[in-house]
Amino acid sequence: MRQKERYLLITFQATTEAMGFEETAKMEGLKGRIIPLPPTISAGCGLAWKGSLEQRNVLEEFLKKHHFKHDKIVECLL
Amino acid sequence: MIYLDHAATSFHKPEAVIEAVCHALKGSGNSGRGAHGVSLEASRMVYQTRKKIADFFRMDDCSRVVFTFNATESLNIAIQGLLQEGDHCITTSLEHNSVLRPLYLMEKQGVKVTTVPANSKGYVQTCAIEAEICPETKAVIMNHASNVIGNVQDLEGVGKLCKKHNLLLILDASQTAGLLPIHLEESGISALCCSGHKSMLGPQGTGILCLADGVMPNPLKVGGTGGDSFSHEMPRFLPEALEAGTLNTHGIAGLSAACDYLNEVGQDKIFQEASFLAKKFLDGVKDLPGIILYGDYDADVRTPIVTLNLRDVHSGFLADELFQRFGIATRGGAHCAPEVHRAFGTLEQGMVRFSFSHFNRVDDIDEAIHALWVLEGENR
Repeated sequence: MRQKERYLLITFQATTEAMGFEETAKMEGLKGRIIPLPPTISAGCGLAWKGSLEQRNVLEEFLKKHHFKHDKIVECLL
Repeated sequence: MIYLDHAATSFHKPEAVIEAVCHALKGSGNSGRGAHGVSLEASRMVYQTRKKIADFFRMDDCSRVVFTFNATESLNIAIQGLLQEGDHCITTSLEHNSVLRPLYLMEKQGVKVTTVPANSKGYVQTCAIEAEICPETKAVIMNHASNVIGNVQDLEGVGKLCKKHNLLLILDASQTAGLLPIHLEESGISALCCSGHKSMLGPQGTGILCLADGVMPNPLKVGGTGGDSFSHEMPRFLPEALEAGTLNTHGIAGLSAACDYLNEVGQDKIFQEASFLAKKFLDGVKDLPGIILYGDYDADVRTPIVTLNLRDVHSGFLADELFQRFGIATRGGAHCAPEVHRAFGTLEQGMVRFSFSHFNRVDDIDEAIHALWVLEGENR
């Protein structure tokens, strides 16, 4: 098994929100991907965007710019 | 076979629709369930289809596009999910049983229903709807066009009326979606309900419910949604709130391709070609002795159907003769719209509906005209 590292997760309530986020993120070249929500984080649609910790500002700006609905932004050991 | 029953379901599907369904059947995961490759691919495809449907009906927010299994389910969600005991609603005598039966059910649950009759030409006048509004009125529920007579109703007028009186407008667009442009927000539609398999040209088993901002029906079904697994209740956000259980992903893949086809070929072109064929058929049979036509054929806009009877010949018999002897598929009998038959005095006889598509050819129309001439001659 690989060594776990800390990542930034953006969680979503609805799959539609996750898909909308992913589509635009890919178009704008954001690094990261959709992953299954870790069991330590409750609720949501079961999907989250996994990005690096250094991306926090970029991701927060990205969410604001596109008015994307999301559940929360959390750091997580993955 | 010459298929002239497109108002029941589109028989000819664009090749891209068939290919999309086959492609999905060969390797599609479950949308919204997990994050492995094929599950995410299914989620992406469903999301893209929501966007296409939202664009199609001029909506800003694709999360307000709910996939159902048919127009009937969409209408049941809207009617049962938005009305409650003590409410009053207004419907019309032109409705299909997919509207009427849910309303009869709601009557048993304490909802008061007023049915506004159509005039002699088969139109429901907007002022007649307005006359029935009372303080308890919550919704107007009507079709955009009748499945039996093809008359297109005054959507813009009723939409404005509903806005003026702050009423919900639940629209059954089963006969017009894919043929006529529908702007959900501009037209004041609260809930647009339609099937995906008629003029939308998608597969059977696909239905669409589009909801305006702020319109949130109670769920008709409850169950798994892929998220919030430990909650005892359905999520309160769209579309998941109204999509319990696995979606018809294979069908939605076909519907997605159908949207592309409609956009590429052009909805207006499709409508004009089908209308040209309907008019050609009408011109070929309207002067036949003994032909009785139903609907307003002088209207500038109507759906591409011609509904008729031949003297007192039972419509089921006439439709059977057309198919058995001439290979022409039409719809005879009663058309799930009892009040239309009552209004036109065809409860016993029913009606024969010829419905046309841009996939039909002029030769098909000539054959159908010829068949009616032969049958009329034999009936003298």
